[in-house]
Amino acid sequence: MTAFFNRFFSKRQSRDIAKERLKLVLMGDRGISPALLERVKEDILRVLSAYMEIDPAELEIKLTETENEEQTAVVPALVASIPIRKTGQLVS
Amino acid sequence: MSEVIVVTSGKGGVGKTTTTANIGAALACQKKRVLLIDTDIGLRNLDLIMGLENRVVFNLVDVIEESCGLKSALVRDKRFDTLYLLPAAQTKDKDAVTQTQMKQLCDSVRESYDYVILDCPAGIEQGFKNAAAGADKAIVVTTPEVSAVRDADKIIGMLNAYGVTRQRLLVNRVRPDMVRRGDMINLQDVTDILGIDLIGVVPDDESVIVCANRGEPIVLRTKSLASLAYQNIARRIMGEEVPFLELGREGFFGKLKHLFVREGVS
Repeated sequence: MTAFFNRFFSKRQSRDIAKERLKLVLMGDRGISPALLERVKEDILRVLSAYMEIDPAELEIKLTETENEEQTAVVPALVASIPIRKTGQLVS
Repeated sequence: MSEVIVVTSGKGGVGKTTTTANIGAALACQKKRVLLIDTDIGLRNLDLIMGLENRVVFNLVDVIEESCGLKSALVRDKRFDTLYLLPAAQTKDKDAVTQTQMKQLCDSVRESYDYVILDCPAGIEQGFKNAAAGADKAIVVTTPEVSAVRDADKIIGMLNAYGVTRQRLLVNRVRPDMVRRGDMINLQDVTDILGIDLIGVVPDDESVIVCANRGEPIVLRTKSLASLAYQNIARRIMGEEVPFLELGREGFFGKLKHLFVREGVS
């Protein structure tokens, strides 16, 4: 019976898990490495710091995937979470 | 116009040698002149899979070092009129041959055959580089497993770097039952991830092991699904349009029946 419930209630099939893990690991293999992400993070921080105050420890950036605009394919996406401490005076 | 095709995978144990032997036999069934070259120096196995191990006298390294002529090293497969094997050396290692030598060898034999197929060793080192250097095209073999797909992606990148940009994918050992219940990545998934076109899909079939035990090409067993798969691949290599085997896909009633039968007993 457990298989029955798994099928209908949300338990993800191992095929989907395999696919997702592969896509992410291949992005790394193809050149988007953790080291590269770290450099992207530093650059984002440098640019944004001119306009607002950001805690570097809070900045999170990761590679994931999303549907493209036409919703025809799943494409890699960079998602950044950047909590702002204080906005600067430059915004009029 | 003859073609030199390398059968490669990155990962070991996904079925390169079996693929080489059976595509070769299937092409020979279609009256094509075929030479299979085992480039896995030190780990020679193509002769064993084909059942020709007792007839090996000279090998690839002997030919390259010119200690014998090409003709005396070739083993003809008596079951087919037009199928030949150039075995690998078992006592040397991959460094016994250079990329230039392999390329020269391929170029010197290509005019005598319709297809020259190179059975590539696993890995991304010298043996792979030698085989890639001689080839016009590649068949990348993978299985529907995460490790094999990852390695296939690596090999595709390396083939591109070596200028072998005409690549087709062979997905081996597909288990329709596992695909149906969502426990195996399917063909669409694999081609989406790797981004190269399919040349064929071969089901996981016991007769592959039985034939290897006997040293017989599976294409001579007309009733096996794997045999049909290899014959279809050979025809696609020859440029024919042949539909892919539907493994693991079912119509609505098939799915319904499957669901009830499976869940009913569990």
